[in-house]
Amino acid sequence: MTDATAQTPGEGSRHGGSLLAQDKLTKKRNAAETRFKAYGMIAIIIGLFFLVMLAVSILRSGIPAFTTYAVTLEMSVSEEEYAEAESQLLKTAAYTDLFTRNLEQALLERGMTEGVDQEAIERIVGKVGSDIREFYRSNEDQLGQPVEFQLSVSSRVEGYFAGRLTRDNISESRFITAADFDLVDQLEELGIISSIFDWNFITGADSGVDNPGGAGIGVSLVGSLVMMIVVLVLSLPIGVAASIYLEEFAPKNRFTDLIEVNISNLAAVPSIVFGILGLAVFIQFAHLPQSAPLVGGLVLTLMTLPTIIISTRASLKAVPPSIRDAALGVGASKMQSVFHHVLPLAMPGILTGTIIGLAQALGETAPLLLIGMVGFVAREYPNGLLDGFTEANSAMPAQIYTWASRSDAAFYEKAWGGIIILLLFLLTMNIIAIILRRRFERRW
Amino acid sequence: MSFVKLTASTLAIAAVSATAAAARDNVQVAGSSTVLPYASIVAEAFGENTDFPTPVVESGGSSAGLKRFCEGVGENTIDIANASRAIRDGEVETCAANGVTDIIEVRIGYDGIVFASQIDGPAFNAFEPSDWFNALGAQVLVDGELVDNPHQQWADFNADLPAVEIAAFIPGTKHGTREVFEENVLLQGCEDTGAMQAMMDAGMDEDATEDACMAVRTDGKSVDIDGDYTETLARIDSNAEGVGVFGLAFYENNTDKLKVATMGGVAPSTETIATGEYPVSRPLFFYIKKAHIGVIPGLKEYASFFVSDEIAGPSGPLANYGLVSDPELSATQEMIANEETM
Repeated sequence: MTDATAQTPGEGSRHGGSLLAQDKLTKKRNAAETRFKAYGMIAIIIGLFFLVMLAVSILRSGIPAFTTYAVTLEMSVSEEEYAEAESQLLKTAAYTDLFTRNLEQALLERGMTEGVDQEAIERIVGKVGSDIREFYRSNEDQLGQPVEFQLSVSSRVEGYFAGRLTRDNISESRFITAADFDLVDQLEELGIISSIFDWNFITGADSGVDNPGGAGIGVSLVGSLVMMIVVLVLSLPIGVAASIYLEEFAPKNRFTDLIEVNISNLAAVPSIVFGILGLAVFIQFAHLPQSAPLVGGLVLTLMTLPTIIISTRASLKAVPPSIRDAALGVGASKMQSVFHHVLPLAMPGILTGTIIGLAQALGETAPLLLIGMVGFVAREYPNGLLDGFTEANSAMPAQIYTWASRSDAAFYEKAWGGIIILLLFLLTMNIIAIILRRRFERRW
Repeated sequence: MSFVKLTASTLAIAAVSATAAAARDNVQVAGSSTVLPYASIVAEAFGENTDFPTPVVESGGSSAGLKRFCEGVGENTIDIANASRAIRDGEVETCAANGVTDIIEVRIGYDGIVFASQIDGPAFNAFEPSDWFNALGAQVLVDGELVDNPHQQWADFNADLPAVEIAAFIPGTKHGTREVFEENVLLQGCEDTGAMQAMMDAGMDEDATEDACMAVRTDGKSVDIDGDYTETLARIDSNAEGVGVFGLAFYENNTDKLKVATMGGVAPSTETIATGEYPVSRPLFFYIKKAHIGVIPGLKEYASFFVSDEIAGPSGPLANYGLVSDPELSATQEMIANEETM
């Protein structure tokens, strides 16, 4: 109240002093502004700090997933050995056996004897049988010829190279011994074990829990892609049509108010609820196949719709009324004014909302849990375009979740690598959205 | 605007592909997260070694899996339910009510339940079931009287155990492992300490006594873990004095971080569990819908592949991962060959 008494008429300046000298109140206000700027800076710095921490920890933990250590060996498989292996029930084990025997032979020929026995080599080499079997099944003419194979080492050896396992902390393990690590060191010196880029991680399928070296994210990436296509193709037209109707055509009454409130509420419903709904409606009632990306896409569409509707309505509202008035003024119908003038101007906003919705859907795991997309699912690439929608598949976040819960720590690394791929996928989606937004952007 | 066209064509594609998918050609499995690792090993090998597509194995827990198993017969239901416990009578009834009458029960082997602590923490080398009851029971016997659990440290009731605060991480109630822990450890401990007799003497009937024996203290010394073993491992990692409950296979994969505790003086391993020396283990099962055999390609082949000597035998990949193989495997193989139902 002291300010009010100071403002008595008749005094020259507001507080009676010079205009140039800062009085107490002005100083206080300036200080408040400076303080607020500082708070803002601190908030941004904290945000940046966490962002950098996140990026660094993801990259540091995830980058090793992209390289693998492989054993290079030239060997030949005779027709008899091939027939023998194919006659067994567990054929892949027979091929693994062939590989380890050949490796042992090759090492003995080089004059290495210490620690070289088949059991040790079996502990060092990963589950390589399926790769060898696949090769000979499609290249039967190579039987009897020397072929160079480059196959992954076991997850314990990977752990040794990654520094996770040392000679000291494996004393209780029955999967590897300290002597095996000595042998591994020798093999690395000889160039038999070397580090290579792991293409299989990007293009491959999920693998059994005892075979982390064979795990890849490719199949579940396809699953995610298919789901995103379903979400985009369904939620964008439905969402945009709904919001145009609600915003431009619908009468304002109790009923439309009710719809509006409900849409806003839907946006805040936890995603697991949509999962239960999807299970009940799409699988149990409509009899769509389980674990199918089509069902996953439908469930995520339900989740994405409110986001798209809300953002589309906001961007339709942001188009100045003068545009509509001008269009109507020159004789356009209501529909023409909306589709020729309002919608194109609202397009950048709609795209932003869509991409936010899609990004949310891409990272969602909880609803997929209920429709059977979590587990050992992403194993085979779909046979064709249509099968991609209906054949059992997983999605990237579900795959990452599965890996993170497996007992072998090598899968944990894979999970981090999967996160990098997921983020790259998201980044690509965002870049496409930005490019599209630039193209659609119009000024008035 | 082609919204309508787009939507219509999408729905058409969806409808077409939905009908195309009606003929399912892969085996669908769901259930226990304890059996999942073994099932994933078998499913991978089955896909690699036969011309059938790789079965889809979902997790979600024994109860959830059996519930879906009992939903009915048809391509839209799962063919096999994995379970870390035997099917209950109530579940068999639900199944029968929904038309799932012929069920083949397959025991794949045994899973050991181990107690482990942080590798850098104190060693727990003198566990008996009675210690776990004394540490975790809601009501325990002290000086001949039943009182609310007063114990703060392991050494309070067993001088051979380290004098550190009790901090136990046990599986949550939705896990099949919890049931085994309650029955083989807590109930046993209750009997061993004499608390069971004391409860009976106090006038409780048998059911009430069992419930009281398996009740766990709620003052924060015992923490239920509803996630999987990786979560328990993370808790142990950050608490040098904590003790957690794990599956044998999980421990064997993480010997660089965990130190195993003995139970009754016996350290857990596939051998000691197979001979029965190590007391805490349980059988693992899967259940096959007989009506689906011959309808779903590869179903019977998957089941017999699973229990073959090469896979589930003592030197197969499952035993190598940590499953204790079933000495009566050949009987199981015969049962599948003859499609004998329960």
